[in-house]
Amino acid sequence: MSVKELEKTATLEHAGDGQHHGDGILGEQFETLEQQNTSYLIGMWAFIVQEVLFFGAIFAAYAIYRFKYVTEFTLAHHELSVPFGTLNTFVLLFSSYTMARAVRAAMQNRHKKQAFYLFLTFLFAGVFMVNKYFEYSAKFEHHLFPGGDYDAHKVVKHAKEKGELRVVEENGREFYELGKTRDGQFTAFTKVTPEEFEQRTRLFFGFYFVMTGLHGLHVLIGMIIIGILIGRAWIDHLKNKPIADFMPVEMTGLYWHLVDIVWIFLFPLLYLIGR
Amino acid sequence: MAGHSESHVHPVSLYTRTLWWLMALLVLTVAAGFIPNVPNWLGVVIALTIAVWKATIVIMNFMHVRFSGKLAWLFAGAGFFWLLIMLAFAFADYVSRPWEPFHGWPE
Repeated sequence: MSVKELEKTATLEHAGDGQHHGDGILGEQFETLEQQNTSYLIGMWAFIVQEVLFFGAIFAAYAIYRFKYVTEFTLAHHELSVPFGTLNTFVLLFSSYTMARAVRAAMQNRHKKQAFYLFLTFLFAGVFMVNKYFEYSAKFEHHLFPGGDYDAHKVVKHAKEKGELRVVEENGREFYELGKTRDGQFTAFTKVTPEEFEQRTRLFFGFYFVMTGLHGLHVLIGMIIIGILIGRAWIDHLKNKPIADFMPVEMTGLYWHLVDIVWIFLFPLLYLIGR
Repeated sequence: MAGHSESHVHPVSLYTRTLWWLMALLVLTVAAGFIPNVPNWLGVVIALTIAVWKATIVIMNFMHVRFSGKLAWLFAGAGFFWLLIMLAFAFADYVSRPWEPFHGWPE
């Protein structure tokens, strides 16, 4: 490109009617839209990488303690509701699909369709949070929140009914034998004091609340961002804007899929294994 | 520019196909959780295998990594590689040393 042509392009861009810098999409600091979009994506991926490591560290801690107290954790697993967990997985997977469709609509500059799919995503996220609310309420009600009034009696009761826990007495002290009943025969895997049992199941619920709580917080933040995007898409639709920047939707999509992926791991590891 | 962004638009079938796969795998993972008398370790292996499978198709299709440039691949790959390093070294440490308080630990 000659100097003259360069000057011409520069003038056009600064005049405000050019295809690039003037349309409010391409930032001053970028040469081309492609460069800008790649920068956005790489920045977002850098953020996602740190999120993966953030959740990864908690998963690692959970794995280590589950490995150490596998029998106690397994009994505590039973207190989580598989139907609720399954429904929430279904809802989140579906919301990832509607998010992907919203990104697609944004790329095509179909603002109304984009707003519609974003709204569906928002709705599914809402269903997820309402389910979480009911799940958490039940845990609080049964004193399974690892706070001041934590009480493992529910876990003990259910384990006894399933023949996986037996109370024994030795030298005037009470112990719990944890194991399995097969053909009326109880086999003990481990023997713990009631205090130890309480502490270890409490640890499980600590992990449950921290992991699902942090995940739920991510869902909430996602809902706020999606809410803003719905407004933006709707304004673009009303203004009949021919071209809008789709990158905010694309990046929110990346975040939303990450939230989905975290749940994909949380669901089997908390609700399903050891059943 | 509009033409440029059109080139990134993928057919709807990509997303619907991914969704059906995810739903099938969800059914599979729940069903696997209810098979009686599966050893604990095997249950974990099955659950994690399906979870990794699901996560991979979300990353590839929904997050468009399959269609992204080398730099995006590098970033996405690096994240999971670092995760592996963290998990491997943390677990190696815990399985190779006694837990505290161990025998002879002053109470």
